[in-house]
Amino acid sequence: MTELVTQQPHHSAPQVLVSLRGLTVSFGSGASQVQVLHGLDLEVHAGESLGMVGESGCGKSVTWLAALGLLGANAQVQGEFRLAGERFDGLSDKALSLIRGRRIAMIFQDPASALNPVHRIGQQLVEAVSLHKGLQGEAARAQAVRLLDQVHIPNARQRFDAYPHELSGGMNQRVMIAMALAGEPDLLIADEPTTALDATIQAQILDLLSEVRRDQGMAMVLISHDLSVIAQECSRVMVMYAGRAAEIAVTDNLFRTAKHPYTQGLLSCVPDVASPQKRLTAIPGQVPEAGRLPKGCSFEPRCAQSMAQCSGLVPMLSSVALDHQVACFLATP
Amino acid sequence: MMRFLVIRFLRGLLTLFLVLSFAFLILRSTGDPAMLIMSADAPPEALEAFRKGWGLDAPLWQQYLGYFKNLAQGNFGYSMRDKSPAMDLVLARIPATLSLALPAFVLKLLIGISAGVYAALHRNTWIDRFLISLSIAGYTMPSFVLGLVLVLVFAVGLGWLPSGGDATWQHAILPVITLSLGGAAVLARFTRSAMLEVMGQSYIRTASAKGLVWRRVVLHHAMPNAAIPTLTVIGFMVGSLIAGAVVVESVFSWPGVGRLLVTSVANRDLAVVQSLLLLVATTMVSANLMVDILYGWIDPRVRSGQAAQGKKA
Amino acid sequence: MTPLLQVQELRKHFQVSVPEGWRQRKANLRAVDGISFDLHAGQTLGLVGESGCGKTTTARLVLGLTEATQGQVLFNGQPVAAKRDATWRAQRQNMQMVYQNPLGALDRRLNVISQVLEPLVIHGLGDALSRVEQAQDLMASMGLPKPLWQRYPHELSGGQRQRVVLARALILKPSLLVCDEPVSALDVSIQAQVINLLQDVQERMGVAYLFISHDLKVVRQVSDQVAVMYLGHIVEQAPPQPLFSEPLHPYSQALVSSVPSLWQRSNPKRHILQGDPPSPLSLQSGCVFQNRCPHAQAICREVPPRLTPLSSERQVACHLVSEQADMPDAPLESLA
Repeated sequence: MTELVTQQPHHSAPQVLVSLRGLTVSFGSGASQVQVLHGLDLEVHAGESLGMVGESGCGKSVTWLAALGLLGANAQVQGEFRLAGERFDGLSDKALSLIRGRRIAMIFQDPASALNPVHRIGQQLVEAVSLHKGLQGEAARAQAVRLLDQVHIPNARQRFDAYPHELSGGMNQRVMIAMALAGEPDLLIADEPTTALDATIQAQILDLLSEVRRDQGMAMVLISHDLSVIAQECSRVMVMYAGRAAEIAVTDNLFRTAKHPYTQGLLSCVPDVASPQKRLTAIPGQVPEAGRLPKGCSFEPRCAQSMAQCSGLVPMLSSVALDHQVACFLATP
Repeated sequence: MMRFLVIRFLRGLLTLFLVLSFAFLILRSTGDPAMLIMSADAPPEALEAFRKGWGLDAPLWQQYLGYFKNLAQGNFGYSMRDKSPAMDLVLARIPATLSLALPAFVLKLLIGISAGVYAALHRNTWIDRFLISLSIAGYTMPSFVLGLVLVLVFAVGLGWLPSGGDATWQHAILPVITLSLGGAAVLARFTRSAMLEVMGQSYIRTASAKGLVWRRVVLHHAMPNAAIPTLTVIGFMVGSLIAGAVVVESVFSWPGVGRLLVTSVANRDLAVVQSLLLLVATTMVSANLMVDILYGWIDPRVRSGQAAQGKKA
Repeated sequence: MTPLLQVQELRKHFQVSVPEGWRQRKANLRAVDGISFDLHAGQTLGLVGESGCGKTTTARLVLGLTEATQGQVLFNGQPVAAKRDATWRAQRQNMQMVYQNPLGALDRRLNVISQVLEPLVIHGLGDALSRVEQAQDLMASMGLPKPLWQRYPHELSGGQRQRVVLARALILKPSLLVCDEPVSALDVSIQAQVINLLQDVQERMGVAYLFISHDLKVVRQVSDQVAVMYLGHIVEQAPPQPLFSEPLHPYSQALVSSVPSLWQRSNPKRHILQGDPPSPLSLQSGCVFQNRCPHAQAICREVPPRLTPLSSERQVACHLVSEQADMPDAPLESLA
C-alpha cells in the first residue's frame, strides 16, 4: 500500500524568518538585457524546510544568489528582502557579508569545484569558524574538528589537513555543510546539493541535511530539479517556471492535489520507483528562453488546458486552499 | 618526485649540450676569427699562425671533441682578444647586468601583477580597456625602439637623464625602465586572464557566501590560484634575466654581459661566446626547473598526482 | 535463438602509475573484471551503477572501441574486435552509440540535415536523392520538423539536439544502440519526451538497447532486464519489477533503497551504505563489495562470488544469497 508523504508544517502561526517581495533580476544592459525573475514573492518560516523545484531557466538558484548579493556586477536586482523583519535589500557588500554565513548560509552543487583547491579543508573550515565565532588558533581548530565530526567525516583529525581533491565528492559536500554550519545560521540554502553525487551518496547527504537541520533548529531551502528528493525532505514546496512561481503548497497537498497544469505535467512525466511501470506522459514543447517569454502565461504554449485569457494576461499567485497558492486562471477563475 | 627531478635535470643537461653544439657549429662555420681579431690587412703568415695557435686549422670534429673534453675538465677556453680565461671575463660582467636586471624584474612584477589584477577586477570598464591597450603597446614595441624613444625624450630632449654609460645611478634609470616595461606588459595581460579565469570559479562564490569580505576573497582565495599559471611566465622571466639585457645594454652602452655577447659574436671570439651561451642556457634551464618544483609546492593537485575520486560518471 | 549480443567473461585492465611517496608504482586498474550477459534483438538491457563501476568501459568494449584484456564480445555470432578494419567498419553500421552530451557529439559546423546524412555518406549507401529522402522521413518521425533541418547545433535546445544525435544513429537502421546516459543532461520534462521516443523507435524498428545510466528511475522505466554493476562486476541481474521490489544483493538493496520516491516515504530502516566505494586499484581477494557489506562473512573475503542464476530470470553474485537458494524453505528476505 502506498503511503503518502506526510510532513506536517508548523500549525501555530508560522514565524516568518525570511521574506522576499517583488524579487526581480535582470542580466546585462541596454539592448541585450534579459529578465530572469519577474517579481517573485516568497516566505521562509523559521525551522521549516522549503523545497524549490523547477527546470532549467526557472530561476530557483538565481533567487537566492540575488538575495545574498552573489550575482556580480552584471546583474540588476530589485525587491524588498527581510530577515526577521529587518530589510536587507540594497545593502552594501560589506553589510551583506555580515548576513552571509552567519544568518543565511548557502551550499552549492558540485562540491569538488566549490572548495578552494589550494587550501586544506581544515584551513577553509577554520576560516569560517574564526570569522563567525571569533575563535583563534587551537580553539578554532578544535571547533573545526568538532564540525567535521558533526557531519560524520571519519578520522576528522587526520582528514583535517587533506586537500579537496584528496577527498571524494560525498566527503567534500560534508565539508561544505560543516562550513555552512560554522556560523550557526538561521537558514541554510542547499542549491542542488546532491545532483553531482552518486545515488548512495545522495541518500547519505540528504540524511545528513535532515539531521543537521533538526539538531540546529535551522530552516532550510532545498533547491532541486528532482521532485522525489523534494518530496522526501520538504514540508512545503514551491514549483517555479520561467522565472515565476507556478504553485506553492504543503508537500502533501501539492502532490496529491496539484492544481497547476505544469505541476501536474511534472508529476506524470517522472518515472517513480514506487509506481507501476507505465508510459510517461511527456509535456510537449520546451521551456521558453528567458528573453523570449510568450505574452501572458509562460506555460500557455505547452498547456493542454489553456483558455483564451491565458495568452493575454499573466496569472498571479492566489490561494485556492489553506496553504496552497496557484498562479493559473484555470485553478482560480 | 625524485624521479621527476632527476629526469628534468638530465633533460636540462641535454638542452645545454644541444645549445652549445649548435652554437659551436654555427660560429665556426661563419666568419674568420683571425681576420676579425687581427686586422684584415695583417700578413697571411700572421693569420695562419693565429689560426694554428688557436687550433682553428684542425678538422671541425676534432675541435668539437676537444672543446667538450676541455669543458669536462673545467676549462672554458680563453679569449682570443686578450688571452684571459673566457669564463672569468664573463663572470666579471655579471654584476653590471644584474644591477639592471634585478630592479627591472622587481618593477615588472609590481607593475605587471597589480595592473593585471586591477584590470580583471574591473573588467570591461574603461580602465580595463585602457590597461589592455597599454599592455598591447608594451609588448609589441621592440625594446630598442622603446629605449631609443626614451633616450630621445628624456636625455636629448629634456636633458634630465644621461643617455649612456654606467657612471652614476641616474644612468641606470632609463635602461631599467626600458627593460621592465615589455615584461610588465606581458605579465599584466597574463595575470588578467588568469584572474578572470579564477574569479569565475565556484569556490570564489563559496568564499563570498561564507561571509568573507571582498578583499579577503580576492587576496586569499583568488590570487593564490591565479598565481599558478602566472608562475610559468615569471619563471621564464627569471630565466631570461641575463639574456634579455642584450638589446638594452647595447642601446645604453651598459658594460654588462649583453654587450660582451654582442662584441664577442662580432669578433667571433669563440670561447667567450660559448661561455656566455653556457651561462645563459644554464640560467634558463635552472629557472624552468625551479618553476616545475614550485608548481608542485603551490598546487597540491600536482603534488598528489591523482584527481579526486567519487564523482559521478 | 542466438542473442544479438553476447558478452563473455569480459575483462579490461588498465596499467596505471600510482604515485607513492617519492616514486611511482605500477598498478592494475581493473575497470571491467569478468562480466557476462546476453542481449536479445529488440530488447533493452539496462546497465546501472555508480561512478567507477565500469559501465562506460563496458560500452566501449561492446562497440569495439577499446580492446578487451580478456573475454570476448559476440555480435550476431561474430566476434567484435577493436581493430579498425573492414569487418569492424561493417559491424559499426549495425551498432551505434548515443552519448550524454549532445552538443559535444554534434559537429558544430554541420547543420541538422547534414549530420543525419553523414553516416549514409560515410558508408556509401544509396544515392544523393534517396539519402535525403531517408533522412527527411526519419527526422519527421523523430519530432524534428522541417524548420529545424537547416539549423546548427547551437541553435537548438538540449532535447532537439539529442533527437538529432538519435536520428544520426538510427539512419543506418542498426540492430543495436548503445545509449550512455542519453537523458541525464536534459530537463525532466524533456527526458520524458526522449524516453518515450526511444521506446517508440524500439517498437517500430526493433532496435535493441544497451542502456547505461546512473539514474535508476529511468533504467527501471525502459529496461526489460537490469544488470547492476559494482567495481567492474555484475552483482545482480533481473527484470526491473522483481529487482526493484525485492533486490537480493546487498549492494542492489542499498542502491534501490537510496532512490527517493514521490509517493512513498523512504523506509527509515533502509540500507544506507557507509563510506565511499574503494578505488578499483586496491582490490583484494574475494568479493569486491566486502568492505561495505553489512553481511560479509569469511568466505566473502576469500572467494569471489560468481553470477549464478537463481531462477530463469534472476542472477545474483553473492555467497549468502546462493546459500539461501540452496535452502528453498528459508525466506529470501531474511538478509534485510
